[in-house]
Amino acid sequence: MGKIVIVPITRIEGHLKIECLVENGIIKEARSSGMLFRGFEIILRGRDPRDAQIITQRICGVCNVCHAMASTFNLDSAFGLADKIPDNGRIMRNLAAGLHVVQDHILHFYHLAALDYVDVTKVAKYEGSDADLNSIKAFIGRGELGPFVPRYEGDYRLPDDVDRAAVSHYVKALEIRRKGHEAVAMLTGRIPHTASIVPGGMAEVPTVDKIASILWRLNELRSFVDNVYLPDVLAVAGVYSDYFQIGAGCQNLLAYGAYDLEGKNPDYTRRQRLFQQGTISADLKLQPLDLSKITEEVRHSWYESNTSKLHPSTGKTVPADEKSGAYSWLKAPRYGGRVYEVGPLAQMVTTYASGNPKVKSLVDSTLAHFKATPAALFSVLGRHAARALAAKYVADAMGEWLLQLKPGEPTFVPYELPEEAQGVGIIDAARGALGHWIEIKEKKIANYQCVVPTTWNASPRDDSGTPGAIEQALTGTRVKDEANPFEIVRIVRAFDPCIACAVHLITPKGNELGRFRIY
Amino acid sequence: MDSKTIEYPVIWLQCATCTGCLISILNSVSPTIKNVLIDEVIPGKHVNLRFNATVMAGAGDLAIAIAEETVKKVKGGYLLIVDGSIPTAKNGVYGSIGERNHQPVSMVERVIEFSRDALAVMAVGTCATFGGIPAAAPNPTGCQGLKELLESKGIKTPVINVAGCPPHPDWFVGTVASLLLSGLPSADQLDDFGRPLTFYGKLIHENCQRRAYFDEGKFAKKHGDPGCLYELGCKGPITYADCPTRLWNTGVNWCVGSGGGCHGCTQPEFPDLVSPLYVKTIEIETAPNKL
Ligand code: SF4
Ligand code: SF4
Repeated sequence: MGKIVIVPITRIEGHLKIECLVENGIIKEARSSGMLFRGFEIILRGRDPRDAQIITQRICGVCNVCHAMASTFNLDSAFGLADKIPDNGRIMRNLAAGLHVVQDHILHFYHLAALDYVDVTKVAKYEGSDADLNSIKAFIGRGELGPFVPRYEGDYRLPDDVDRAAVSHYVKALEIRRKGHEAVAMLTGRIPHTASIVPGGMAEVPTVDKIASILWRLNELRSFVDNVYLPDVLAVAGVYSDYFQIGAGCQNLLAYGAYDLEGKNPDYTRRQRLFQQGTISADLKLQPLDLSKITEEVRHSWYESNTSKLHPSTGKTVPADEKSGAYSWLKAPRYGGRVYEVGPLAQMVTTYASGNPKVKSLVDSTLAHFKATPAALFSVLGRHAARALAAKYVADAMGEWLLQLKPGEPTFVPYELPEEAQGVGIIDAARGALGHWIEIKEKKIANYQCVVPTTWNASPRDDSGTPGAIEQALTGTRVKDEANPFEIVRIVRAFDPCIACAVHLITPKGNELGRFRIY
Repeated sequence: MDSKTIEYPVIWLQCATCTGCLISILNSVSPTIKNVLIDEVIPGKHVNLRFNATVMAGAGDLAIAIAEETVKKVKGGYLLIVDGSIPTAKNGVYGSIGERNHQPVSMVERVIEFSRDALAVMAVGTCATFGGIPAAAPNPTGCQGLKELLESKGIKTPVINVAGCPPHPDWFVGTVASLLLSGLPSADQLDDFGRPLTFYGKLIHENCQRRAYFDEGKFAKKHGDPGCLYELGCKGPITYADCPTRLWNTGVNWCVGSGGGCHGCTQPEFPDLVSPLYVKTIEIETAPNKL
């Protein structure tokens, strides 16, 4: 059996290693490992609870707004404010998160994933007047192609015109996502690492000039999503249609829901949200979300076995460097003991199954375009398509929210810091289900736990030996050319992994080969 | 024209980072990040980004090889950029970048190896400059800023500190442009912490738009109030950066503008010595509160 090791997996957030055992061209076994430990929960202990939203944003500079949201939901719930946030504050938070997520999905497709499908070097032959393409042609002409080469070779299939359009959209997308960030900053002070999302609501206040200015940036985002992003995803999918059959994975999906449409239900698992909470499998039967079913298993992670299967609210992290059979620094989150995938695919499929007419028509028309059934969603291209459709769905919703803002009315409700309390905050971040849990004692953080999207997706095997979601998506895949393993990186990148998030809690040392591993 | 272009090779190592620095820099407006990486950002000069794991096409050994080759072939002629803190505890076991002979190579080893022969090292972000949040107490991974690490190893390569959690894109692009235009900064162009005075020369508090409130003793009591944010924990009085005049995200807003207050993100004190962030921890003389 041959082994393919890819370290680092580039064009994702953070430090990831993928190891695949290959027999007769088929992946028999796959392992994913994060390569960095910063110890956020340890750093948070003993601090003022209100600082959690500033510090946890630094878990990830790509999805910082989502951490700010999960963290403030968590603090709202601990401070007894979950049902008291003024509508202005609730809507501004929705807008900050939504605008952030739309630009993040654009960033993922163009700047992280696209180079797996698009051949930048074809622009060398361009004869036309597009200024961006001509500047890239000049760049190629100078002969120094960093950062576009070296790369895997042999499977760039797009016709020249589609390829060139995608390259020019790569440049355009930089500008569009920057405008998305500008709109977020109008609500939050700046981004990355926002200043105004706070427990109790928002520190920023809405004004008419801001509303109008955000609206027109939103319009540009929406136009880009409709006229560039979605058509490009469909064009790539049309040419690489075999990737509808690749990377099915565990076919269990979990979603926390996102964007509160009301703020009166203190239970986030039952609150009416734009994206539906719940779990769902290939049978497309939606099940209600029950947070008590979440556990983190550690049999194959370097943690004391007696800390396995704990709920995150009582989670413990006791490193066990020498434990045999362990191979990862990520814990394995499980729901009802089973493996679940999180992310835009889960968000869209749960919302689809809830009967939501807008999402039904978006998904059904996309499937009809490819003459495909919902089964095709569980694939590399299904994940890219779901991400693009999720971007459209939330982008379309935001115009109305902007007009619901009421200048002059409060965005924030004052509160007392509790002596002792517990809280939970859940939201579907750009990359999927994100949960923060807190325990407060003597007005200080006694325990803070985050279970982040990429820990679900990139988890190792659990106590019963079942591989994690990405590991399952890789297993069984045929790798056409082991020297250029496009299939592996395309499968992994379709999940949009965020390793800084996933490995904030892991500890150092050891793997099954007895080599001294560093993570 | 092409034949005259001088290529400036750049290796960008990401250590214990959240990638926020890079995401912030992508927001550069004039020049855009595309102008910086693709075009001649200064006529006749091209920034040639050979290695950056978040944007580069290649992966795995292929990617690592290009960085190692640059270090060997362009000795003394490449710029090393580092973002993220550097985990030094237990010989750097907490973070690695790529492998050599099937063994992971620690971040600290990479940084030292790549720094020695660099023309200069640019620490981008408060993690790389001063340790930042990963180095916050109890600093479980022994994280260090770049300058501290290199000094402890006797490496003399000049270090330029572009602080900020994350830094403003202009601070990064402006520092790169100044390197290309006029070479390494002289000692009087940097402050005591190695930060370019152009960007970090003045206190936030000196230029703050809410300063008039401060002087008149009008202090906000809760979020969303008008007034100076001093009593809500603003760290502007001890923080050096030009945020109040430059503003953030194409000039649409900034931390104090949004009512959240300055958290002192460009400072070596960030985060431990400016915590709790929403509590008045800096004692300065103020007028009696009139709000
Ligand atoms: S304390 Fe903060 S808000 Fe007040 S004037 Fe100084 S920098 Fe501005
Ligand atoms: S205002 Fe303060 S916290 Fe905000 S970016 Fe500037 S230095 Fe950092």
